Amino acid sequence: MTVAQRSADEIALGPRRERFLLDSDRLLGPALLAPAVVYLLLVVAYPLVLAFLYAFSDVTTGSQSLHFVGFQTFIAAVQDPVFLTTLRNTFVFTALTQLFVVLFSTVLAFVLTANFRGRWFVRFLVLMPWTTPVALSAVIWLWMLDSIFSPFDWFAQLLGIVPPGGHIVFLGQSGLAMGSIIALQVWRVLPLATVILMAGLTAIPADVSDAAEVDGAGFWRRLFGITLPLLSPVMTVALLFGIVFTFTDMAAVFVLTGGGPGNATQVLASWAFYKGINGGNLSVGAADALIMFPVLLGLAAILLRIASRAEVN
Amino acid sequence: MAAATARTVRGKIALYTLAIAFAVLAGFPFLWAALTMFRQNADLYDPTHNPFVLTRPATFSHITDLLKNTPYLQFILNNLVIGLAVVVITLALSLPAAYALARLMGRWGERIGIAIFVTYLVPPTLLFLPLSRLITVIGLQDSIWSLVIVYPGFTIPLSTWLLMGFLRSVPRDIEEQAQVDGYSRLEAVVRTVFPLALPGIITVVVFTFTLTMQDFIYALAFVSSSSSMTVSVGVPTVLIRGDVFYWQSLMASAIIVAIPVALLYNVFLGRFIQGFTLGAVKG
Repeated sequence: MTVAQRSADEIALGPRRERFLLDSDRLLGPALLAPAVVYLLLVVAYPLVLAFLYAFSDVTTGSQSLHFVGFQTFIAAVQDPVFLTTLRNTFVFTALTQLFVVLFSTVLAFVLTANFRGRWFVRFLVLMPWTTPVALSAVIWLWMLDSIFSPFDWFAQLLGIVPPGGHIVFLGQSGLAMGSIIALQVWRVLPLATVILMAGLTAIPADVSDAAEVDGAGFWRRLFGITLPLLSPVMTVALLFGIVFTFTDMAAVFVLTGGGPGNATQVLASWAFYKGINGGNLSVGAADALIMFPVLLGLAAILLRIASRAEVN
Repeated sequence: MAAATARTVRGKIALYTLAIAFAVLAGFPFLWAALTMFRQNADLYDPTHNPFVLTRPATFSHITDLLKNTPYLQFILNNLVIGLAVVVITLALSLPAAYALARLMGRWGERIGIAIFVTYLVPPTLLFLPLSRLITVIGLQDSIWSLVIVYPGFTIPLSTWLLMGFLRSVPRDIEEQAQVDGYSRLEAVVRTVFPLALPGIITVVVFTFTLTMQDFIYALAFVSSSSSMTVSVGVPTVLIRGDVFYWQSLMASAIIVAIPVALLYNVFLGRFIQGFTLGAVKG
């Protein structure tokens, strides 16, 4: 049966014509893809465009229409005395968190890919900070860092760091409060980086390292000469994900300190929330959040480059 | 020979030391929460004795108080309804999309797949303000359905990527054979490919569901009445009443959710990693 005959048959048969259309790959592909793309355009792309419009307007929760005011909103957002503190905190929070995460996750990935008794239990415990909803684990940390009943106070008294009956105020002093937020975030995002690195480690063929061992290369030599360089693309991916999730996170700050004491732990994400939702100032909140956009765009660009390089190989 | 044995022994000791250290670091907050939830007030609020020993008998009264006298069970129910609805929407949209990208669109499938995955990197922090206004405009503020509509924005990208990988791992010949046997392409896919990809589909269901439990910022921005709250927002806002902290109940509220979710994750983690890397392999 020729193509012309076949399609004529399909048309003649009426109801079967639809089936023919759906049998054509050129139409079927876009037809199956379209609903998902349209949904994402509506709930991700459209609000993202709106966020830009808000940031160049003076919209509040109560207002009915947008008035464009150019860069005035951005200028107002940046001139807020708290803004620079918030910006600095965001970068300190992200950089220190990722520094510890990269160090710990590399070691942890090696530990968890090795064979030892009780490995499943260690893996279960290590994953728990990631699987637990962040707001709930932050509540646990709030109690663990309590100013009177913290178990760390008891250890500190035992070791003589504080006098008997003395306490450490974790969340009430700016330095310690920032340290606590970073500790919570490291604890929480470490499993993600570890899992990504573990996947990368198992993908490295063992014979490369084995051959080097036969040639007399010791553990450290093999680690720094072979395994870590082979692991570095995967490590970059883990780092980029970690940065995106930490840079834009507000849950740890919101539950643990509320940005305090003063604004010592306020980050851009929590600041945008307080301005936009609690203060009702949608335009300034949107501007505060969008200041993160160039950084995120840069990270996405790096990820895409890694992905396209993988495609070429 | 002796030197080699000494080296493996040293390696073993280092391995176990590190494993135990990481287990303690990761698990300590949960241990502390679990110890707290069974304590009587007189035991809990006495900072003089060793906090790791219960000086009075364990009590379940704070857990029953949590379940009976607070909206906690309502929060859990809301999470279940939201999670199931989001799973249905996510599968309905991402399963066809993933099939199209994996099988029908050639090189473009690869590129569009990556583009869809990149939308997963657009953080809620940039979107929650415009979305909260849109939710008000369509009259869904304070309703769990606002979250049902918004959550697929981050579950679809991840699910589509995973499903792309799982569908690619099903050999093409099987559906081609079914088409030769007289089925249309859609029938062939539904009868042969989806059943074979079922373990992958179940993995996507599990991770979509748990992902909806993680959200904090959207639920905090859209919902303010306790009857529509999720666990993530209800526990730190409603259950912490003013300056009064019912710590035993709060710790129980966290542990009751944390343990089952962690178990689910552990069961499906291997398959999740497999799907994630399969998506990155060319079809």
